[in-house]
Amino acid sequence: MDQILSLAAANLLSPIILSFALGVAAALARSDLNIPEAVAKGMSIYLLFAIGFKGGVSVADHGLDVTLGLSLLAGVVLSAVLPLIAFALLQVMGNLSRLDAAAVAAHYGSISIVTFVAATSVLEGSGIASEGYMVAVAAAMEAPAILSALWLISRGGDSRRMDSDLLREIMLNGSIVLLVGSFLIGWVTGAEGLAKIEAFIVSPFQGVLCLFLLDMGLVAGRGLRGGSGVLRPGVLTFGMVMPLVGATLGLGTGLLLGLTTGGVALFMVLSASASYIAVPAAMRVALPEANPSIYLTLSLGVTFPFNLTLGIPIYVAVASALTGG
Amino acid sequence: MQTHQAKRVAIIIEQVMQSRLTDAMTDAGVTGWTVLPVLGGSGQSGAWSREGQISRGTGMVQVVCVIRPERLDELLEAAFAVVERHIGIVSVSDCEVLRAERF
Repeated sequence: MDQILSLAAANLLSPIILSFALGVAAALARSDLNIPEAVAKGMSIYLLFAIGFKGGVSVADHGLDVTLGLSLLAGVVLSAVLPLIAFALLQVMGNLSRLDAAAVAAHYGSISIVTFVAATSVLEGSGIASEGYMVAVAAAMEAPAILSALWLISRGGDSRRMDSDLLREIMLNGSIVLLVGSFLIGWVTGAEGLAKIEAFIVSPFQGVLCLFLLDMGLVAGRGLRGGSGVLRPGVLTFGMVMPLVGATLGLGTGLLLGLTTGGVALFMVLSASASYIAVPAAMRVALPEANPSIYLTLSLGVTFPFNLTLGIPIYVAVASALTGG
Repeated sequence: MQTHQAKRVAIIIEQVMQSRLTDAMTDAGVTGWTVLPVLGGSGQSGAWSREGQISRGTGMVQVVCVIRPERLDELLEAAFAVVERHIGIVSVSDCEVLRAERF
């Protein structure tokens, strides 16, 4: 418990969390502070490229093993199964329509890459090693949840067709392409490649992450301001319970796979996080009748801040305690 | 100067549906349109602003095209098949153009 509290305190007072808090506070206070859309997009590209590249370099350094394949498979299975659990929980806690519950469930099976990036930053700051290929696991966990949500809807007799355009958009969305592409570049070029661009993708990383989280705080704060009325207490509670349920499954999976402390913690983070970029776009196409205020406010306004402030320290401390790390 | 009657169709739709709509318009024989960004607005789902949207799933665009009046029904049928289940507005207005052969 002491370890959790000290990690939580250190995390809460880190520049990235304080930047996020500044953004939330500014938005709630109706400040005109704003990060231009193109700047936010540029920072997101930078962070995805840097995290993918560094993951690839780590794999090049440590080599491939069978655990990579198993981790990818486990990630896909988790992403497909988590929406079923989320859907069942929402039926009990949320009192949402079947469509809204399925749309929310899809978000909780998929992942938040920003939460993942923040977690890797915390691990690096704590000197805890993790498997570089967890980046690839993150990419693999983006899409299966969407298929599970559509299956949930079809079970209710409302068949939704997954057209080829939507499937292509999901599988080849910009985040996945950039993450996997930079991972492969890092893997191919290895430490030598990293040495050439280190000054660009390593040193400025934390600073860019701070600014990006400031923007995320602004977006989350605006979402909370505008969408808080749509979340009933049960749904709000779900937004904080479901990450813990997902993290528990991620913990079991990481331990079964025999991952390092950092790897287990990242599996927990991936399973605990909820998408707010790829899945909302897919839901608008596939389930347009579902209310975006519910799933966006929940994933971005509740679960994302929860994971960022309390979740990550808990997951890292639990992973450390159970792996002896 | 000589002008010609035409119809101006403006469709405000979610950004994720943009390519599906313009593909349907192409299939309906419409060869020209303009896509404009939407800054914000308010409707049945409440107020909305482009500022700070993190997901393209929540953005809106306006697709505008000018066509000859006799082609209007075909375009509207094609467009409606795409936008029917989605948030958005389809509006038609009369306009005049200088070069009728372009539409």
